[in-house]
Amino acid sequence: MLRVEGLVVRYGAIEALKGCDLSVGAGAAVCLLGANGAGKTTLVRALAGWERPVAGTIELQGRDVTRLPPWERQRAGLGVVPEGGRVFGDLTVEENLRVSGRDADTRIGLELFPVLTERRTQRAGTLSGGERQMLSLARALAGRPRLLVIDEVSFGLMPRAVESIFGVLARLRDEGMSMLVIEQEEARALGLCARAYVLSQGAVQLEGPSGELAGSEALRAAYLGGAGSAAG
Amino acid sequence: MSQYVLSVIASGGVWAILTLSLNLITGYAGQVSLGQAAFFAIGAYAAAMLSTRTGFGFVPAVLAAMPITGVAAAALGLLALRVKDDFLVFATIGVNFIVVAILQYTDAFGGAQGIVAIPLPAIGPVTLQIGAYAGLVVALALLAGFASRWVERSWLGYGFAAVRQDELAARTIGVPAAQLKVVAFALAGLLAGLAGALYAYFLGNVFPQNFAFVISIQVMAMLVLGGLGTVPGAIVGAAVLTALPEILRPLADYRYTIFGLVLVITVSFLPGGIMGHGGLGDRALGRLRPRRAAT
Repeated sequence: MLRVEGLVVRYGAIEALKGCDLSVGAGAAVCLLGANGAGKTTLVRALAGWERPVAGTIELQGRDVTRLPPWERQRAGLGVVPEGGRVFGDLTVEENLRVSGRDADTRIGLELFPVLTERRTQRAGTLSGGERQMLSLARALAGRPRLLVIDEVSFGLMPRAVESIFGVLARLRDEGMSMLVIEQEEARALGLCARAYVLSQGAVQLEGPSGELAGSEALRAAYLGGAGSAAG
Repeated sequence: MSQYVLSVIASGGVWAILTLSLNLITGYAGQVSLGQAAFFAIGAYAAAMLSTRTGFGFVPAVLAAMPITGVAAAALGLLALRVKDDFLVFATIGVNFIVVAILQYTDAFGGAQGIVAIPLPAIGPVTLQIGAYAGLVVALALLAGFASRWVERSWLGYGFAAVRQDELAARTIGVPAAQLKVVAFALAGLLAGLAGALYAYFLGNVFPQNFAFVISIQVMAMLVLGGLGTVPGAIVGAAVLTALPEILRPLADYRYTIFGLVLVITVSFLPGGIMGHGGLGDRALGRLRPRRAAT
C-alpha cells in the first residue's frame, strides 16, 4: 500500500529525515513511534506532500507519488489527519465533509461519529478538541482513502475523546483500512497496530511486531538510543 | 424619482457588482486584491471600444466584455499563484497602475482622451433612459448577488473557504487550491467585466482616471464596511458608500478621505463589517429570526 524508500528531507542545513525506509501493507495498521524531534512530523509532512524530499521515493499502491502535489495524492488514495486536526472553522461540520470533492462521501464519518451528526450544521470552530479530531478523521474518510495517515490524534485531548477515536480506528482497522498511526502515547498505538516502527534521529531505529516491542528493552533503547547511536 | 437620484441608484448598482466581484476573490477565496479597478477598466474599455468602434449593440457589448475581463483576470490569477499574502497585495496594486498606464499612453485605447461618445444603452429598438437603466443595473446586481450565493453554497464555495482558512489542509484533503484561485479570479473577472461595461454605458465616456488605484481602495472599503465574505455585506457596503458622499454633499471633495476613514474605523472596531458575523446587521437580524446554523 505504502512504500517509503531512502527518504531524505532537509530544512536548510538540518537533515530532518536521513534516509527513512518504511512500508505499510494493504489492510495493515502500522504505528510510528519516536521521541520529540525524531522526525515523525517531518515524515508526515513529506507523505502529505507539504515538504519536497531531496532524495528517496514514496509509493502509494505501487504508484510513485513523490512529486505529486498534496491534492493529487489525496486523489491517489491518501487520507491525512494532520496534527491538530486542522478543520475549517468557518465551515459547518457538513461543509467540512463535503469540501474534499464533489463526490465526497459524507456518510462514512457521520456513521462512525454520531456526535458529528448532531453537530452537522454547527460551525467547526465551535466544536471541542475531540470533536475536531473526529471531524478531521471523518473529513479524510470522505475522500474514500485507501491509506490513512494519522498524526498525533490523541494530543491534548480528554481521555474519553481519545478512547472514542481509538475505538473508531480499531473498527476501521478491522474493516481492512490500511493506516499509519503516528503517536506519542505508545501503549495505545501498540495496542491498535500490529506492527511498529521506531524513528530516531531521522531514521528508523527499530521495527517489529507490536507484541514483541511493547514494554521491551529494545523499544526503550531505540527511543533513547537514537542519541547514542548518532555518536556511533 | 429625480434623474439625480436615479443616477445615484445606477452607480450604486455598478459598485455593488464590482464589490461582489472583489468578494469572490478576497471574501471567499481569501486572496487580497487591491487592483480590482484594473478589471473594472478592462470591462469598461472592452464595452466602450466594441460599441464605438465595431458597432456592437449594448447587450452584445456587455456580454462580450464579461468573458474578455474573465480571461484577463484568470491570466492575472495564474501570475498571482507565484505570490502570496502581502506580495499578492503589492502585485495587484502594481497591475492596477500598469493597466491605467497602458490605457493612458496607448493611442489604441484613446490615451488620456479616453473613449468618448458611447451610444445610449438600448435593448432592441428601445433606448434605456436613466430610470430603466437604473432598474436594469440594480436587477443585475441582485442577480450577481444570487449567483455569488450559489457559488458560496456549492462545492466550489466550500473549496474557496477551505483555501482561505488553511490552504495546506485544503490541499491535503484534495482541494486543488491553485486551480481554485484561478477560478476565483476568472469568476471575479466576469463580474468586474459586467460592472465595467455597465459603468461605461452609464458614463457615456471612459477615461483612464476613472479606474485609478483609489477606485480599488473604494471597492475594498465597500466590501470591508459591509462585511467581507458575505453577499449582503457587499451590496450594503456598496449602497452605503455610494449614498454617503451624496448625502454629505459638502464633503464630496473629501470622498476618498471618507473611504479611508471608513476602512480604518471598520477594521478597528467592526472587523466583521455591517452584515458580517457579529456585525450590526447580523445582530439585529439575529433577534428577529431563529438562529440558523452557520450560514
